Amino acid sequence: MKMSKSARIALSLYGVLAILFLYLPIISVGFASVSKARYLTFPIKRYATKWYGKAVESSTVQDLLWTSLSVALLVTIISMVVGFFGALAFARYQWLFRGIFQKLILLPIFFPQAVLGLALLMWFNALGIIPTWKTAVVAHLVWISPIATLIIAIRAYSFDPSLEEAARDMGASTWIVMKEITGPLLWPGVVAAGLFAFLLSWGNFPLSLFTTGADSTLPEWLYAKMVSGYSPLVPSVGILSIVTSIVLLLAGGIIMWLVRSHNGTASPR
Amino acid sequence: MERQDQRIGLLSAVPMGAVLLISFLAPLMVIAIFSVMPQKVFSLLHLPDFSSYKLLFTQGYIKSVLWSFGMAMASTAILFVICWPLAFGMAKVFKGFGLFITIAVVITLFVSENIRLFGWVLTLMKGGLIEGHLRAWTGLTFEGALYNVPVIVFGLVYAYFPFMLFPLIQGIAMVPDDARQAAADLGASRRQIFFEVDLPLSAPGIVIGSLLSFVLAAGAMAESKLLGGQTVIVIADEIETAFTYGQNWPLGSALSVVLILIIGALSIFGINRVNLDLIMGGRRS
Repeated sequence: MKMSKSARIALSLYGVLAILFLYLPIISVGFASVSKARYLTFPIKRYATKWYGKAVESSTVQDLLWTSLSVALLVTIISMVVGFFGALAFARYQWLFRGIFQKLILLPIFFPQAVLGLALLMWFNALGIIPTWKTAVVAHLVWISPIATLIIAIRAYSFDPSLEEAARDMGASTWIVMKEITGPLLWPGVVAAGLFAFLLSWGNFPLSLFTTGADSTLPEWLYAKMVSGYSPLVPSVGILSIVTSIVLLLAGGIIMWLVRSHNGTASPR
Repeated sequence: MERQDQRIGLLSAVPMGAVLLISFLAPLMVIAIFSVMPQKVFSLLHLPDFSSYKLLFTQGYIKSVLWSFGMAMASTAILFVICWPLAFGMAKVFKGFGLFITIAVVITLFVSENIRLFGWVLTLMKGGLIEGHLRAWTGLTFEGALYNVPVIVFGLVYAYFPFMLFPLIQGIAMVPDDARQAAADLGASRRQIFFEVDLPLSAPGIVIGSLLSFVLAAGAMAESKLLGGQTVIVIADEIETAFTYGQNWPLGSALSVVLILIIGALSIFGINRVNLDLIMGGRRS
C-alpha cells in the first residue's frame, strides 16, 4: 500500500492545518496581551508590554502563583509515589484483582471533573474539613495520579521480569530488588509522569473550582475574570502561565534527553 | 514466584487504592445519600424522601440532559471524522513530522482549558481576530460567531481533539500493514479496505477515543458558558447552579447522580470491551 506523493503532501498539509487550529486561540491571547488599549479590538493599533508589568507587580497574581505552585508540587510528588507502585500493580505483577484494579483506575479519568469537585466538597463538608488549597491537592490527585500510573505502566510493560527474578535468585530481598532493579528501570517513566502531573495540576481548573475554599489558583482567577467581564490582565496572566508550562516542559525534556544519552546502552530495549 | 507476585501486586495497589477510596468512591457515596435527602438541607442526618428526583422530572431538567448528550454526540461524530485522516497519517505515514505533531498537541493540553476557550472568544467575537481583520482589510463585516449552539459544539470539538486523536493513533497502529496489503492484492477497493480491515482492527482505539470524548463533552461546562453565553444550559451548569445560587444540595446531588449513572454505565461498558494490556503496549496475557 504505497501512498501516492500527492496524497502524502495533502495529509501533511492537513496536519499543519490541525496544528494551526489548535494554536489559533493561543495566538489571539498572545496578541491581546500586548495590546495597549484597555478595551481590546482587533486589529491592534498600538502595542505595549505594560500589562505584563502590572501583572508581575500585582500582589494578587503573586499569591495566585504561590497557591498554584504549592498545589502542583505536592500533587507531583504524591502522584510519582502512588503512580510508581500503581504501575507495578497495573502492569508487572499477576495478582488476583489486577483486572478490576486496571478498570477502577480508568474511571476517574472518564469522570466529569466539575461534578467530581462538587462531590469532594460535600465529602469534606460531611467530614467537617474546611476547604483550602490543601483540599485541592486531594481533588487533583483523584484525576492526576491515575494518569501518572498509566504513564509509568507503559514503561513497566516494556521491562523484562527475569531481571528481577535473577536478582531474587541471588538472594536479594524484595526491598533490594525494588531499590536496585525495579526503581532504576522505571525511573524515566516516573520522571515523565511527574512532569505530566505538574503541568496538568498547574493548568487544571474544573477540579480546583469548588475545592480551594477561600484560596484561589491561577486558572480559577482567570475564569472568574473571564465570566465577570474583560480585564486587560487576563491575557497577560494567561500567557505568563503558558510560558511557565513551556519552560518546564523544555527543562524536563532536556533532563530526560541527558539521562537517556548518559545511560546509553544500559536502558532496556 | 506465583505467591510472591500475588503479595507484592496487592501491596503495590494499596496507595492508589487508598486514593481512590478516600477521594473518589467515598464522595460518590456522599452524593448518592444527599440525593435522597429532603430539599435544601445541608447535613445527612435527615429522613430520606425522594423529592429531588421528583423535581428532576417536573422542572424540565431533562431538557438540559438532552442538550448535553446531544451536543456530546455531535462533537464525538465530528471528532471521529476530522481525527481519522490525521491519526492515520501519524500512525502509518509521517515519521519525524508525526513526533512534531504529537509534541505540539500535547503542549496544548497543558494550557488551561479556559485560557484556550477564552482565546476562541477573542478570535470569534465582533471586533475579534477574524472579524476585526476582515473589516480592516476588506470592509466586510459580520456579527461575531459566538453565542449559539454550533459554536458550543465547535468548542467541544476543539477541547477534546487530543482525547480522540491519541487513542485513534494507538488503534490504527494496531492494524498490520500486511492485512491492508493482502486486502489490496485481492482486489479490495479503498472503501472496502476502510470498512472491512481498518475499522474492525482498530476498534479498541475507536472505542476508547469516542468514549473519552463523548463522556468528557457530556460533563463539560466551560464551552457552553464561555462560548455559548446563555443560549443553552447544560447539565453540568444546572448542577453547579443548584449547589451555588440555588443552595439546594439534594437537588444538585440528584442531578449529579443521573449524570454519573449514564456516564459510569457507558464507561464501564467501553472499558470492558478492550484489552488494556494490549493497547498499553504489553504482551497478550
